[in-house]
Amino acid sequence: MATTLTLKELSKKEDRFTHGHRMCSGCGAPIVVKIALMATDYPVVISNATGCLEVSSCISEFTAWNVPWIHTAFENAAATLSGVETMYRSLKKQGKFDREVKFIAFGGDGGTYDIGFQSLSGAMERGHDMIYICYDNGAYMNTGIQRSSATPLGADTTTCPAGSVIPGKLRSRKNLTKIMAAHNIPYVAQASPSHWQDLAKKIQKAHEIKGPKFINVIAPCNRGWRSKTNDAIMLSRLAVNTCYWPLYEIENGTTKITVTPKQKLPIVDFLKPQGRFKHLFSPENEGLLTQVQDEIDREWEKLLKEAKTD
Amino acid sequence: MAKVVAVTGNEACANALRQVNPDVCGIYPITPQTDMMQRFASYIADGKVDTESILVESEHSSMSACIGAAAAGGRVVTATSSQGLALMWEMLHIASGDRLPIIMPVVNRALSAPLNIHGDHSDAMGARDTGWIQLWSENGQEAYDNTIQAFRIGEHMDIRLPVMVCLDGFIISHSIERMEYLEDQEVKDFVGPFKNFLPLLDLDKPKSYGPLILTDLYHEYKRAQHEVMTKVKDVVLDVAKDFEKLSGRKYGIFETYRLEDADIAIVILNSAAGTTKDVIDEFRNKGIEAGLLKPRLFRPFPFEEVAEALKHVKAVCVMDRADSFGGYGPLFMEVASALYPLERKPLLLNKVYGLGGRDYLPSHAAQVLTELHEISRSGKVNVLKEYIGVRE
Amino acid sequence: MKPKGWKDLPPGSVVLEGGSAAKFKTGSWRAFRPIWKEENCIQCLFCWIYCPDMAVKVKDGKRGDFDYDYCKGCGICALECPGKKGQKAIVMTEEGK
Ligand SMILES: Cc1ncc(C[n+]2csc(CCOP(=O)(O)OP(=O)(O)O)c2C)c(N)n1
Ligand code: SF4
Ligand code: SF4
Ligand code: SF4
Ligand SMILES: [Mg+2]
Repeated sequence: MATTLTLKELSKKEDRFTHGHRMCSGCGAPIVVKIALMATDYPVVISNATGCLEVSSCISEFTAWNVPWIHTAFENAAATLSGVETMYRSLKKQGKFDREVKFIAFGGDGGTYDIGFQSLSGAMERGHDMIYICYDNGAYMNTGIQRSSATPLGADTTTCPAGSVIPGKLRSRKNLTKIMAAHNIPYVAQASPSHWQDLAKKIQKAHEIKGPKFINVIAPCNRGWRSKTNDAIMLSRLAVNTCYWPLYEIENGTTKITVTPKQKLPIVDFLKPQGRFKHLFSPENEGLLTQVQDEIDREWEKLLKEAKTD
Repeated sequence: MAKVVAVTGNEACANALRQVNPDVCGIYPITPQTDMMQRFASYIADGKVDTESILVESEHSSMSACIGAAAAGGRVVTATSSQGLALMWEMLHIASGDRLPIIMPVVNRALSAPLNIHGDHSDAMGARDTGWIQLWSENGQEAYDNTIQAFRIGEHMDIRLPVMVCLDGFIISHSIERMEYLEDQEVKDFVGPFKNFLPLLDLDKPKSYGPLILTDLYHEYKRAQHEVMTKVKDVVLDVAKDFEKLSGRKYGIFETYRLEDADIAIVILNSAAGTTKDVIDEFRNKGIEAGLLKPRLFRPFPFEEVAEALKHVKAVCVMDRADSFGGYGPLFMEVASALYPLERKPLLLNKVYGLGGRDYLPSHAAQVLTELHEISRSGKVNVLKEYIGVRE
Repeated sequence: MKPKGWKDLPPGSVVLEGGSAAKFKTGSWRAFRPIWKEENCIQCLFCWIYCPDMAVKVKDGKRGDFDYDYCKGCGICALECPGKKGQKAIVMTEEGK
């Protein structure tokens, strides 16, 4: 039986991702991981792409994972896990293994939107029974905040720095959640650690659906976002409430917005506390700021329509 | 009871894999390997094996999935050629670094550019430093036999390393030859049931595969990996002994042909060895003491044994079906290193032949043997490294 | 502890003991120290769920003190703590003061 999603009940479970990991103080990714594992009421095997989460959670003889875990490389968390899952099926079929196991892959946005995209797409198309969770911090953080295709429009990164001529990233984010939905897999969702219950519910639900599932979770990085160490939850909540990061799911093709902001806040509320957007507030970048807001509005309207017409 | 058949190299390897009945296999097409895994896919489709296939979207994912499957705990195979092996490169190191006994026939083919689908050794030679064991095969029979033995070698509890079984693209993969198959049950008994070692699916003892290891320990990890390689040779010989009992076919770490009393010798891999042997016979008939050494175990390279086998020879030509541009051919470099510690060394030369499927003809072997014969008398090597069979 | 030599390593690159990171204390990273004011605590457990470092102890569904062996002092708990009647149940203080 699935654990009742109250904090009291969840707190009675053993930590399967332990303290002693070496992510930066205030990093959002470990919050995503701990909630995902708490909401997993089964034995689980984890595959992890190279990136901040991986390098900080398993160093020398110190692993923060109290569940079977495998890291092989950067671009192949999904392919690696397809192998584990296939072996599991093969052994089960042959009567050599009899326990029920779930499979989760974690990849950063670089390891998911960019270099690991093919591997992810392949694994989803093949129909492996797994949840792929992207913890999206909007850049290659582990190598020092380089731009990825998940980096938001206007952001300042070390490879698209806000200079005197070019004001940061000139391209908009790739909408990976929608791209995964276009794979016609049974379950796709977007979630945020601020809304822990919504996130946990989506994980629980995904585990009960057979086949490939994809969940994209925003994961603030105070180093790369150049914000404070205490604001990971505040910023991910603002991401939801500005509709920068809408919380929704697409189950068998039906779109449902799972959390609608009581009041849609202006995007500047999300951008202001982050140093990576500082330059957007100088007068010459006003146009870019408007463009950022327009894009969010347009995408949100689109999503509302999709959710309604389904 | 052995069964005599007339089949291609690809078919023979596919049949060996069927007889072994692995738990998981990665499948992705590339010429000239394609037809091997297609055959294996039909065994799966017809329920002749218990194997679950992963029909990956690239060779990189194939090797990644094989690593995941092998770490999970079970017997894993795949096969590839050329660009496919090159695309796997990153993952090859991880398979060996994680000590996962994945078995992979490599149907040797040239590398781009320019694009060429025919046989040479550039692919597997490019993977010689990846920590995989490499067995090379002269013909379909050897490819079949090596594939079966590879499981025993790679899965040996003291070894636990991945193994490549190399065979020449088209020349062997697509040519029908007469060979002997073992019975299914014989193969099954020979390889035995898969023994698990640190399986990820051992849920009660959660393990982490693939940690970050920093300057304080990485060097030690690699030293440990080197140590394992030093044990491979003996295991290969033990397995060969058992295999001989079963099949009557004898294998070593290399094969020698009329080498014991030779004045001149050719060192050459895979299918070209057959042609060379015939020409050696002709030279012997003319009174020229020629011989041959054909490496089977290329990784780890048996330096001491090769030196011992060649030390009495006056002049040796190492023939490479791959080049290390700006260096000597890869096989030459190994043989030269092997001979270096000898006090009295043979004279050495290096010929690059047969790239991109260019025919290796008896006349090429004759040309080389003639040159070696002259060198053995004059004591002089004119050109150390040279392409043969090439138009000006 | 004597550093490991190559003969001491497990075969492959595998960590054999799950959850062993708990032996690595990250509390020394802390520049700011969260202090729990029990009198203002409403036991909502937000501090526990949002802590990235599993550094809030909870027993039988009840919040206990911080685990200073691991707390990195990020301050998320303090920011998210609703407290009682506008009074936070977590305050951040500068470490060593
Ligand atoms: C093939 C390959 N290319 C590049 C790298 C270097 N690299 C390691 S982690 C990383 C960035 C990871 O970014 P992301 O996936 O977004 O995770 P994050 O670190 O942001 O959590 C890069 C570029 C690598 N390890 N492998
Ligand atoms: S750099 Fe960012 S994502 Fe990486 S550990 Fe630090 S805060 Fe987390
Ligand atoms: S300050 Fe940060 S690390 Fe320490 S208990 Fe609070 S949330 Fe956890
Ligand atoms: S967040 Fe504040 S009020 Fe809630 S349990 Fe923690 S200390 Fe108590
Ligand atoms: Mg990232």
